[in-house]
Amino acid sequence: MMVDNSELDDIPGTTVFTAERSHQGFHLNQFCMSLMKPENRARFKNNESDYLDEWSLTPAQKQAVLDRDYNAMIANGGNIYFLAKIFSSDGISFQTAAASMTDMSVEEYAAMMLHGGRSPEGLRSIKEGR
Amino acid sequence: MARITAGVTTSHVPAIGAALDLGKQDSEYWAPLFEGYEWSKQWMAGESPDVIVLIYNDHASAFSLEVIPTFAIGCADEYEIADEGFGPRPVPVVVGHADLACHLAQSLILDEFDMTVINKMAVDHGLTVPMSLMFGQPDAWPVKVVPIAVNVIQFPPPTGERCYKLGQAIRRAVASYGEDLNVQVWGTGGMSHQLQGPRAGLINQVFDNAFLDNMVDNPDDLRKIPHIEYLRETGSEGIELVMWLIMRGALGDAVELLHRFYHVPASNTAVGHMVLRPVAAG
Repeated sequence: MMVDNSELDDIPGTTVFTAERSHQGFHLNQFCMSLMKPENRARFKNNESDYLDEWSLTPAQKQAVLDRDYNAMIANGGNIYFLAKIFSSDGISFQTAAASMTDMSVEEYAAMMLHGGRSPEGLRSIKEGR
Repeated sequence: MARITAGVTTSHVPAIGAALDLGKQDSEYWAPLFEGYEWSKQWMAGESPDVIVLIYNDHASAFSLEVIPTFAIGCADEYEIADEGFGPRPVPVVVGHADLACHLAQSLILDEFDMTVINKMAVDHGLTVPMSLMFGQPDAWPVKVVPIAVNVIQFPPPTGERCYKLGQAIRRAVASYGEDLNVQVWGTGGMSHQLQGPRAGLINQVFDNAFLDNMVDNPDDLRKIPHIEYLRETGSEGIELVMWLIMRGALGDAVELLHRFYHVPASNTAVGHMVLRPVAAG
């Protein structure tokens, strides 16, 4: 079967976690998983930069983690379920983390969700503008 | 002979588990969500199933990116509760039914479904939140579980058609198990939600409600939904809905709707919940 990912890249504001991105983000996501152990969370919080240096991250991946820039982590191969270990370790909710990836404040995002969430209108396809 | 007596679908939002664990279920935000499960909990008390075949997905808890099984079946005696970054949920250990699980694994593989067999794994909110919603907060779960984990993290997940056919194979496999067991099949995850990127927060109530309608009388339409449609219409994480189709395939052609509930939002997610009863053919 032919593989054509152009449709996957046609969804506004969305990164689909393909095998290629899994390969790109392997070490970043494995670092995230290490935070499931309390002793590793403590070591990470004690000196984030040193702990990150134990993983084979690219400079962009390391900086994105230090900045807690989740969009940048995703652009560098991070997967949201792995990245969740970082904001869970930070004591931050999924909703707050999700809001940080949008152009809204945490309060605006929470209000949008209470009012039924973000409409798919106009956000289905870049090419087709629908 | 083991029998599939009912099917349940429910979302498995982690914040629902946190709300229960922190005693916030009566709050203004959460009360409407938990009310939608009151009927189900009472119904469940009268059903007393022996085993739940629980279809869910692991969220980077048991499976890292080292190995990514598309379909995996747990054959262990018990499953510890995963630490997802804030300590394990304070819920009872999940007890397996190893004998039924081994029977299912063998039957499914010989029926052309190449399951990955798991003898040890921790289970995360994907499995424990549905248990909490259906059984509340007991000291020990009143039922054994056969977990079936489906990859919906790395694209592509299995197709909806493949999932439905796996459900049909589970039905055949359960029916060929010698012991008389009351078995339920649960399909978890969904409904529309997107947790990442600038489009985070997407909810599609029109799509979700049509999906709920079709789960009852028109599953053949749902089997044909391509992945790109889930991604566009239901958000990048809404594609978890393929797991509901495993449950639906396991119930046979005709079902009776016992309960239906839909609620927006639970954190970032549209919550959908159904209880279905298979209608015996003939």
